[in-house]
Amino acid sequence: MRIGKVCGTVVSTVQHEWYQGRKQLIVRYTNPDGSFDGNAYVVAVDVVGAGVGQRVLVEDEGNSARQLLGAPKHTPVRSVVVGIVDRVDAG
Amino acid sequence: MKLARVIGTLVATTKAEGMDGLKMLIIKPLNADLSAGGDPIVATDGSAQAGPDDLVTYESSREGALLHHPRVVPVDAAIVGIVSQHSYDEDA
Repeated sequence: MRIGKVCGTVVSTVQHEWYQGRKQLIVRYTNPDGSFDGNAYVVAVDVVGAGVGQRVLVEDEGNSARQLLGAPKHTPVRSVVVGIVDRVDAG
Repeated sequence: MKLARVIGTLVATTKAEGMDGLKMLIIKPLNADLSAGGDPIVATDGSAQAGPDDLVTYESSREGALLHHPRVVPVDAAIVGIVSQHSYDEDA
């Protein structure tokens, strides 16, 4: 999993049917200290009600994403916002 | 998923088995703020409706191929959707 910051949203009218009605967030990956990790980012499906500006936890692996979402095994989903980060303590 | 801009199309008459009829597009990966984010790649079109200049989301690796399920296709990047609204504020 990665720590990231929600920097925006994406809305698509034409898209794979599974994504219809699912909120998609632009999450830039961050280091533990909160600084951006270069330009690394991902567009992820939100299951925790995260919003722009919040620090979040992102899962970026297909099988665990589908398991978490209860999605059929051929669903083309990989990236999911799975948590809202309250605090990071790292040396 | 990541963001990209469709910049062209590609036609290949001779293709591996399973790829027949797939629409292929040249897409240029973008960063979160829509600045240029890498060299162009070839992606199949899971939405079947994307065209040049469209802003799209695409999925790579195994999940890209799943966009064409139940077909089993040798594909490593596929377009998921055509973006109609993109908002971005890294200082939020």
